[in-house]
Amino acid sequence: MTALLQHPGYDEERLKGVAEKLPCREVQAEMLLSLMGQPHQYSYPSILIYGHRASGKSHVMHVLMKELELPHATVSCVECVSIALLFEQVLLSFFGCDAPSLLPRSPSLSDFVRVYRQQCSQSPAKQTRYIVMEKAELLRDTDASLLSALLRLQELVGDNVTVILLSEIAWDKFRPNTGCFEPLLLHFPDYSKSELQQILSQNVHSSYSAGFYSAYINILLGVFYSVCRDLRELRHLAALNFSKFCEPLAEGKVKETDTHKLWKHIEPHLKKAMQTVYLREVSSLQWEQMQQMEEEEAGALRGLSAHTHVELPYYSKFLLIAAYLASYNPARTDKRFFLKHHGKIRKTNFLKKNEKTSNHLLGPKPFPLDRLLAIFYSVVDSRVAPTASIFSQISSLVTLQLLAQVSHDDQLDAPKYKCAVSLDFICAISRTVNFDIVKYLYDFL
Amino acid sequence: KEAYKCKNTLTGKTLPTVVKHSDSIHCVCRHLLELLRRTAIHGESNSVLIVGPRGAGKTMLLQCVLRDLQKEEKVQKNLLQVHLSGLLQTDDRTALKEITRQLHLENVVGDKVFGSFAENLAFLLEALKKGNRSSSCPVLFVLDEFDLFAHHKNQTLLYNLFDVSQSAQAPIAVVGVTCRLDVLELLEKRVKSRFSHRQIHLLSSLNFTQYLERVWTQLSLPDSFPDKKFAQEWNAGTLCEDKSVEEVLQRHFNSSKDFRSLHMLLMLCLSRVSVAKPTIKPADLLEASRMCFADATANMLHGLSILELCLVIAIKHLNDVYEGEPFNLQMVHNEFKKFLHRKSNSMYNFEQPVVMKAFEHLQQLELIRPVDGSSAKVQREYQLMRLTLDHSQIMDALQKYPQCPTDVKQWAMSAFG
Repeated sequence: MTALLQHPGYDEERLKGVAEKLPCREVQAEMLLSLMGQPHQYSYPSILIYGHRASGKSHVMHVLMKELELPHATVSCVECVSIALLFEQVLLSFFGCDAPSLLPRSPSLSDFVRVYRQQCSQSPAKQTRYIVMEKAELLRDTDASLLSALLRLQELVGDNVTVILLSEIAWDKFRPNTGCFEPLLLHFPDYSKSELQQILSQNVHSSYSAGFYSAYINILLGVFYSVCRDLRELRHLAALNFSKFCEPLAEGKVKETDTHKLWKHIEPHLKKAMQTVYLREVSSLQWEQMQQMEEEEAGALRGLSAHTHVELPYYSKFLLIAAYLASYNPARTDKRFFLKHHGKIRKTNFLKKNEKTSNHLLGPKPFPLDRLLAIFYSVVDSRVAPTASIFSQISSLVTLQLLAQVSHDDQLDAPKYKCAVSLDFICAISRTVNFDIVKYLYDFL
Repeated sequence: KEAYKCKNTLTGKTLPTVVKHSDSIHCVCRHLLELLRRTAIHGESNSVLIVGPRGAGKTMLLQCVLRDLQKEEKVQKNLLQVHLSGLLQTDDRTALKEITRQLHLENVVGDKVFGSFAENLAFLLEALKKGNRSSSCPVLFVLDEFDLFAHHKNQTLLYNLFDVSQSAQAPIAVVGVTCRLDVLELLEKRVKSRFSHRQIHLLSSLNFTQYLERVWTQLSLPDSFPDKKFAQEWNAGTLCEDKSVEEVLQRHFNSSKDFRSLHMLLMLCLSRVSVAKPTIKPADLLEASRMCFADATANMLHGLSILELCLVIAIKHLNDVYEGEPFNLQMVHNEFKKFLHRKSNSMYNFEQPVVMKAFEHLQQLELIRPVDGSSAKVQREYQLMRLTLDHSQIMDALQKYPQCPTDVKQWAMSAFG
């Protein structure tokens, strides 16, 4: 595989080093090398490399630049809140620390090109200079002319410079209205399952055999591959869960080759990881601590969204339940649910509901305060007086973001609210007060 | 090793040599050259616009003309050039500073404060007067991306430049280069009236045979190449008449005739030349063409996880049933759950948060996009979105998806979701 990367412009030894650091990306590295050509030749003015996250775009560029020692400037567009930062970074990387100080305050593109030309006439490029811009899709949000100018930077400054843009988004969504200099498009395809296996197996710990580790990776991919193919996430998960995987081995219960038993042991653990660590509900530190604890103590791992976190006063719970009912039941059905004697309801179109208009699919609807209180009084079993404490509980629910205020702040006499909790949350709350909410919901009739 | 030298020559080939090959451009070249000569030597003011789509060769033409112009000694001594670009000089003050800088008049201007743009420009042109005070040096203004200058406030720069070119103040030539064919509509009435309405349109009128000739001339090594034997072999090899090669070139010709896309295709083709393989084969051109025409969205769809693919299919079904109305995560999840009920396999039975994460990933890839509206007050599960993909793109992607489970494929192709 190392024989693939050959180029007379670059040192053989260095190319071998490059090939070792880029598993499964030889074809792309080869393509890039041939586009870059010999160091003193001009390359294509701009190249756009697109591909999924963690498909190796930045990694390949960094390895190529470092190993072959090419003059380059790496800029991440996330850091460049203002374009001055971008210009300073480029000038610093190419011309040393004195160059950025030549830029005026809040420099424009025109200033940047002028200073670049000046510096370039003093120190012309002997090799192609590269500007690598990561997360290039953020360039669309800046000044419209910045992207067009960067794509033809070679022409504007008259120097041997190439701009390489790395992005997750396809070029079609980048193109400015009146067109621009089209960059060369290179696609970095996603890793296949076997390639992922190969790359992840490289992180094997020295005390375990390669076969054992690749069996582990196989099991991990079996659980997570259908959900996520991001190499970074998978690597993180592999590192976190490996100690748990080795537990039965350390305890002496199973041998290294007993893959079935190991699988049975680790699989529920990985499924739990999918609901917690993968979703970042639980931090990695908490996860590791949990793994240390015994089975019984581990029990319920509290995620960030877990409802057990919130402890509400008695009437607040009923207010929240009333708000949920007000949001998800249409107003005309209130009579049926909340009046003691509602009489016969004719079974007309009233009860027929289209699946699309099920309120649980469309989202909560806003309701006025009066309706909330009306439902509240009918839902609460004891007699409650409309005191200020009840009203203040409504405001605190808004602060907790369990209710959202929809009306304008100026409207004091008829505020409107919307309920912002999920069905699971409200079911759990109503269970704590012994209230059967499902009976009162229109969608579950 | 010769292969690389050859590649070097071909990619670094000066483009203006190609201009001479085509007759129609040749006479346009002469026309422009004559116009600029009149300004430089006889002191006549002129203005002209070069209009043509992207990659048509406008800048190339201009550089060719300027190079020929500089060959005359009188021009070389007299003519001053100012090059402005709409991308860099985004407002008139910056443009004026740039003009001052390029005319090397910073010291003359010093700290003077001018009342208006016109005064400043007049001062600059006055300062260029020769020793005998008879007339000022002729100045050539080249305005790249001319249409962007028309978006400046009041179009002061354009107005003043054209004004000077109409009055007898100083001999200037204003050459605008733009890709917009409707550029005259952008100009204000007073600016348009001062413009000479001279336009040079570079609309390529090549036919396919001329296009093919151009390809061969670009790919063949010139006589000046050091290794004669290699050059001969190379030229003999590339000029082979292969049916598939012609078909590929026909396809490119049908989609765009301009030179720049041809250049990109040939670059990609040449990049496959290596020490191990020092010739161009038809397969190289085919591969390069495939890369040029690759659908970026299809490539991205190839890399989605199965859960995300199922979500895309669920969205497709929703779009089919409800005719393109916006959807939210709850609706998509509901649709997906219906599929799972039917298939009764619990393999893809994921929790709502996991589905939400997959949905957000689709949003980050911009395959789905939120409908414009107040997104602040709406919970994330209920935010309405639209799909930016086409029906056919999804079906194509499914065909190419690696190891796609058959029940997922069948679900996608069924009419009723």
